[in-house]
Parts: sequence; structure tokens; C-alpha cells
Amino acid sequence: MPVIEILGLEKTYLVGFWRKRPKRALHPLHLTVEEGEVFGFLGPNGAGKTTTLKLLMGLVFPTSGSARLLGRDWTDPEVKAQIGFLPEQPYFYDYLTAHELLNYYGQLSGVPGKDRKRRIDEVLQRVGLTDVKGVQLRKFSKGMLQRAGIAQAILHDPKLVFFDEPMSGLDPMGRREVRDLMEQLKHEGKTVFFSTHILSDAEALCDRVAIIHQGELRSVGAVADLTSSVQSKVEVIWQGREVPPSMKALGAECHVTGDTVRAVLAESQQDAAIDALRRERMRLIAITPVRTSLEEYFIEKLQQSETSVGSTA
Amino acid sequence: MKSRRQTTFIAGACLVISLIMSILILRRVDQTRPQATLDEVLYISSPKVLERASLGYNGLMADIYWTRTVQYFGQRHYRSAQSYNLLAPLLEITTHLDPHLLVAYQFGASFLAPKPPSGPGQPDRAVQLIEYGIQNNPNEWRLYYDLGFVYYMELKNYAKAAEAFERGSRVPNAHPFLKLLAAQMAQHAGEYETARTLWIATYQTTRDGHVRSNAVEHLRALKVDEEVTRLQSAVTRFGARTGRLPSSMSELALAEGLKGTPVDPDGNPYKLNSEGRILVEHPDDFSFITKGVPQGYKPAPPKFHVQP
Amino acid sequence: MSARIVHIASNTFREAVRDRVLYNLIAFALLLSGAAILVGQISIDIKRLVVINLGLTAVSLFGVVIAIFIGIGLVSKEIERRTLYTVLSRPVRRWEFIVGKFFGLAGTLVVNTFFMAIGVFAALLFVSHKFARPDALILVALYFIILQFLIICALALLFSSFSSPLLSAVFAFSLFVIGSFAEDLRGFAGMAHGLTRWLASAAAYLVPNFSAFNVISSIAHEQPVAGQLVLHNTLYALFYAAMALSGAVLIFEHRDLK
Ligand SMILES: Nc1ncnc2c1ncn2[C@@H]1O[C@H](COP(=O)(O)OP(=O)(O)O)[C@@H](O)[C@H]1O
Ligand SMILES: [Mg+2]
Repeated sequence: MPVIEILGLEKTYLVGFWRKRPKRALHPLHLTVEEGEVFGFLGPNGAGKTTTLKLLMGLVFPTSGSARLLGRDWTDPEVKAQIGFLPEQPYFYDYLTAHELLNYYGQLSGVPGKDRKRRIDEVLQRVGLTDVKGVQLRKFSKGMLQRAGIAQAILHDPKLVFFDEPMSGLDPMGRREVRDLMEQLKHEGKTVFFSTHILSDAEALCDRVAIIHQGELRSVGAVADLTSSVQSKVEVIWQGREVPPSMKALGAECHVTGDTVRAVLAESQQDAAIDALRRERMRLIAITPVRTSLEEYFIEKLQQSETSVGSTA
Repeated sequence: MKSRRQTTFIAGACLVISLIMSILILRRVDQTRPQATLDEVLYISSPKVLERASLGYNGLMADIYWTRTVQYFGQRHYRSAQSYNLLAPLLEITTHLDPHLLVAYQFGASFLAPKPPSGPGQPDRAVQLIEYGIQNNPNEWRLYYDLGFVYYMELKNYAKAAEAFERGSRVPNAHPFLKLLAAQMAQHAGEYETARTLWIATYQTTRDGHVRSNAVEHLRALKVDEEVTRLQSAVTRFGARTGRLPSSMSELALAEGLKGTPVDPDGNPYKLNSEGRILVEHPDDFSFITKGVPQGYKPAPPKFHVQP
Repeated sequence: MSARIVHIASNTFREAVRDRVLYNLIAFALLLSGAAILVGQISIDIKRLVVINLGLTAVSLFGVVIAIFIGIGLVSKEIERRTLYTVLSRPVRRWEFIVGKFFGLAGTLVVNTFFMAIGVFAALLFVSHKFARPDALILVALYFIILQFLIICALALLFSSFSSPLLSAVFAFSLFVIGSFAEDLRGFAGMAHGLTRWLASAAAYLVPNFSAFNVISSIAHEQPVAGQLVLHNTLYALFYAAMALSGAVLIFEHRDLK
């Protein structure tokens, strides 16, 4: 059974202070997500991801189109008892503590009183917010707010969760934890729909992704299929003051700072690079994959299509 | 979608029903407390207190009180209520809040002094009010005129009236008729002609509708009084000549050499009763007449023939 | 009534308390005790008069200021800070949010007025050493003041649903001032002619009518309040608040959140 069916949702904002001009943030969007999927909604900044999620949550009204969630009309308020939502850069009533906030939201979502306390402790534990009893949310850091946001989204044990940029504002540890959490949700049989502008966040997790750009859906499918054409890159750092010619031969862009050298090269050259450093007896410090953001992905895609056009000409 | 449309419909219906109901209730409230806005006048005895309570927005408060005064007077007037006991406090509050609101003094001069049913019959408070106005606006000749007017018309104190007109005529840019009036007081006090001059002056120099309508009413009454007096002396002359009363108005007219039977300003002929008294057909239509009314006539509350 | 309305209302109340709104009671207490001590020098009759007039006027003004300054932010601030996202993405109807906010604010004011009323009665006891029968009239005046708050809360909420807090404050405060002279306005309209009369009357009947709610000076003079007026004022306040709330719901129901 499809859990999310977006049937041509379209949004045109009126912008401008005095004479309003229409601005189309989302072209008619058709998309279906199946039960139990982790679905990535990918697009660079300003692509229309947040707009789509706000439409689905009934926070803004579509210019045209409709949707079905969990098999019911998306405006049916009762459907929302089964849905969790984490907004982008969430902000909450800052005069409340995390416990009070979750208690209030639990009441609004209709979580029965006897379960509520237990559920609250559970989800706070789960998002790693312990030791926050009695602390008002105004004292929370950005990362803590993000965690509180995730906690409120899964508080009422929803069947379907929407996360808007769930990794933003988190340190690498936090990103890892959120990724693990989404995996757990998948194991529990939930459907997870999340938006991101960072490819690698999606790569590791998603069954399928959709790519949206300038309000238009570009493609839907498994991540690997979509990104196969893009070369991933790695960053290699070692101790030294100069770049051996063998590294240059691999086509690496190198920067020397003090007594460390940083080189970025294609992932396919990674093994060759390590071999080269070993031969030169250089001390390797780190190898990390370079996260490709979708902007780069699109730039690269555009360049590719241009060069292919150029070469055929 | 459906639930939203439903909410819109219910909220819209609620809005319309509540709006209608609130207006209906408001009309009821207005009916049950016709002069509620004036309640506080009953409690705030001192205009000074009110001035402090208006937090420096005296001008605005004065305008509000002036509106209340006019409304109060109008209501009383048209509903023929017999008492005007709030008129003086209202005017005093108004002028205390804005001592330069000249029209308020003028209003007081016209309406505070007359006896019921035309006014509260408080000529002393009228004088007090206008003197207060003169204190605050010593260069306004109108106020001296108003003062002289009250002395002349209501208090019949012609010496004081002459003094007021005289004071007024010395103000820079005073209207020349003040000097004239001051002179007239000595010889012609009590004559119809003098009263007519005063009422015409009031009529011509005022910008307030009530004051103007009131002047018109007085001029009409003056004309009747004057004519009745003239006809009454004709009756006396007729009696002296023939030893009997004229049998009818036409006989009197013939004997006096008048063309047709004399008529009042409304075109109704004057009547002659069996005792030889000249009477007006409808005395209630001439609010301020003193002649031509049957014995024991009680004046009705004044009517304005020219709408203010 | 849905439980969600109660939860939203109590959260609104909690917000007001945590924002230290009730601290205004300290200012009120200082004002009233200062006045009570000062008028202690004057004769006994005027003492009672001053305490009632000043006390009730302060109750009314403090409440109006609080109602406006909390009310104007109730919706717009939640939209601005996006705290609404996580509320409206739950099974909460938008009208429930508006109604809940209204009751929360009204509840805050009732509690605030309750404490102030205790203050007024205490000051009265201090200056006249005992309660007399006519003092019960103070309760009527307080009741009218609360009715007035209901209207102002609903209006502030209405403005808050479509305009910025600053503009809402200006609107709400102007309506409060105009409404206090509503009877003059209607009298004024009655004196006009033709089209002006129509327009002026429409405006005069549309603005909230607060003149009939102000019985402070008459009860200070121990004048009884007509039972009919109590009934009329109650009905009027309920209908007017319902009207403003319906307007707020209509606007908010169709509004895109930023
Ligand atoms: N409230 C709004 N009014 C006008 N334009 C908006 C509004 N919200 C978003 N937009 C525009 O719609 C486009 C999509 O924005 P958004 O959905 O926030 O993108 P994303 O979340 O993918 O970064 C952007 O160009 C943005 O400027
Ligand atoms: Mg976004």
C-alpha cells in the first residue's frame, strides 16, 4: 500500500511587498512512497523541499493538486495522529522544559496520560537528551534543539515520519546517531521521508531517493543509479612538506600547509594514492570521503551534459 | 479540504449571527439608558477633576463634551422634556476644558436663562458662564454682546446691558452695532424694535444651528406681540369712539381702514373674542409670544420652525 | 469541547505566567496601598470614593494593557517563530488553536483580576474598617470589567491573525479608546444626515461598545446597577467576542504559514 501519494501538488507564492508577483516554488509534483521505505528527498537549497513538506503538513495551502497519506485524504486532521514531523531548524516554546514540551505535544497528539511519561523518557533517551530535566529550551544549543525536534516527531509512535533536513546543526557524532535512528525506525516498520541537500547523507540510508531542482522533480530511483555518473572524491592527508611527483601523476589537487599536505582526488584513485605514499615512506594521517553536496552534483551534471554536447559537436 | 470548508462555513455563519445580535443588543441598551453618557456629569461635580482625568487631552474632551451638550439639548428639546438641569454643568465642563470654545458661551446665553419650558431658567449661571468666557477671551466682542443680551432679555437689567455693550464696543475690531446698542439702551429699552435688533444681530452673527433657529422663533413671536399690541389698542380706540366692542375682526379692520383682515406670520387671521381680546389662532406655534393668548394659557415647550 | 482546546489554553496561561505577566500585580498593589495611605488623611466618605474609583480604574487599565500586549502576539508570534509548525502538524484544527488561545488569555486575565479584586477589597477594608452592603456592587463592576476583557482579547487575537504585533497593538488600542466613547459616537451619528449618517452609524455600531461597561463612578456613588444592564452587557460581550473570534478563525483558516 502506498503510504504517501502526492497527486500533482503545486505551489505558487505571491512575492513582493506592494505589487505581488507570482513565484512558483513547486511545479505539479507526483510521487509515491511505499510502506516501510526510507525515502530521501534531495535537492539543493531553494529547490522546494520544505515547501513540499509544508504542503503535506497542511501548513501552507496548495495552488492545485492533492495528496493521500496513509490511505486517507491529507487534510483529514485525524491522519496526523499517525504522522510525525520535524521542521527545518525547529524552534519551540522556549519557556518550557523538554519534558513539558513533549508532554504538551503528547496531549495534542492524543497520547494517553498513563503512557505519556514513559514515552517521553523513552524518546529523550533515544535522541540522546538526558540530563535536561528542569532546563528550559531557551538554554538549549542548536544541536539539542534538533534532538528535541526529533523526539517530538517520534513521540506518539507514528507510522510515518517526515524529517526536514534532520542532520543540519549536528556534529559528526550527531549525524551518525540520527542515521542510526532512522535505520531503527525502518526496522520498526515505519516509513521515513526525509529531505536533505547532502548526497552522502542519503546514500548510506535510502532505499530510494527523489531529486528535485528549482521546484521540479528530476528523477526518482535508487541512489547508486542516480549518482553513478558522478565521481566521488576522497581527501588524503599526510605528513610532509612537498608533493611527490607520483601523487601529482594521479591528478590530485594538493595544498601544503606547514608540514602537512592535503590532496583531493577521485575515489577510484584512492588505492593507488595509498600505494604511492607508502612507496615514498610518507606518514599517512587521514583518508576521508569528500561529501558531495547536491549543488556540486548538479554543477557536475551540467558540466557533463555541456561537455558531451561539446564533444559531439 | 472538506473539514476546512465546513469550518469556514460555520465560522462565517457565527460571524454574521454574532454581528446582528450584538447590534440588536446595543439598540436595546441605548433604549434603556438614553442619557447614559451624561451620568458622569452627575458625579463629577468639579470640572477641575475632569480636566485632570482627561490626562492633558483637554481639547478632545472638550469637543466630546460639547457634542454631548448639543445632543442633550436637542434630545430634551425634541422630546419636550421639561427639565434642562444638566445644561449648565455640561456647558461649564466644556468651557473649563476648552475656555476658547466661543460657541459654548453663545449657547449658554441663548438657552440657559429662559424659564421652563424653554430652558432651565438660570440667568445667573448664564452670566457667570459668559463672564468666565470674557476673562479667558477678553478680546472677543461676541461675548460682550452675549452678556448684554442676557441682561437685556432675561434679567431686564438695562443698565447692566448697556454697560456690557459699551465694554464690548471698546474691544479692537468690535462690530459697530455694539456702540449703537449701548446708546439705544438709554432711550429705547423695553421697545420691540430694540429686541428685534438684538435677535437679528444674534441671527446674523451666529454659526450654531440651534441658536439661529431660536432667534427665528423669537423674531416670529416679536412680530405677533407687536401686531397684537397694535390691534388691541385699535379695539380700545374703537370702544372709546362707539361705546361698544367691535362685533368682528372685519368690523375692526373696516373702522381702522385696514385692507382685509390682519393675519399672523403663518397666514392665520387674528381672532377677536367676546371680551374684546385679540387672540392668535394657534398660540403653540409661536413659542415665545406674550400677547394674544387666552387667559391662563400655559406655554408649550418651544418648537423650532427652522431646523437647526 | 475538545480536550485539545483545554491543553492549548493551559499552555497559553503557562506562557503568560512564565513571562512574568503576573508581576504587574506588584505595581498594582503598590499603587493601591499608596493611594489608601494617602487618602487616609482626607474625610471618610471621599476615602471610600477614591479607593473604589482608583482601584477599579486601575484594574481595568492594567487588564486592558495586558490583554492587548499578550493578545497581539498570540498568533503572529507563533507564526513568526514557527512554533506553530509542530502544533498544527498534529491533529489540531486551526480553529481549536484560536479558541484555545482565547481561553488561555481570558483565563490569565480572570486570574489576574481575581488577585486585583482582593487588593481592592483589602484597601477598602483598610480605609473604612468594615464592609457595607453597597460594596457588593463592586463585584458587578468587576464582572463588567472582565466582560470588557473578553472583547479586547478577542479583538487582539483577530488583529494578531493577520497583522504584525505593532500594528495589532495600534489597532486594538485605538478600538479600546474609540469603544470607550461609543455612545458619543452613536449620538454623533444620529445627528448627521444622509450618507454620512449611514456610514457613521455603521461604524458606530461596529466598534465595540465599552461605555455601557463602565459603571465605576456610578457604583462608587452607590447607585444600583439595573439587572437588565447586566443581562445586556453579558450577551453583548459574548456575541461581540464570538464575532471577533469567528473573524480570526476565518482569516487564520485560510492563511499560509510563513
Ligand atoms: N513563504 C514564501 N514566500 C515566498 N517564496 C517562498 C516562501 N517560502 C519559500 N519560498 C521560495 O520557494 C522556493 C523553495 O523554497 P524551499 O521549499 O524552502 O526550498 P528548500 O527547502 O528546498 O531549500 C525558494 O525559491 C523560496 O525562495
Ligand atoms: Mg528547506
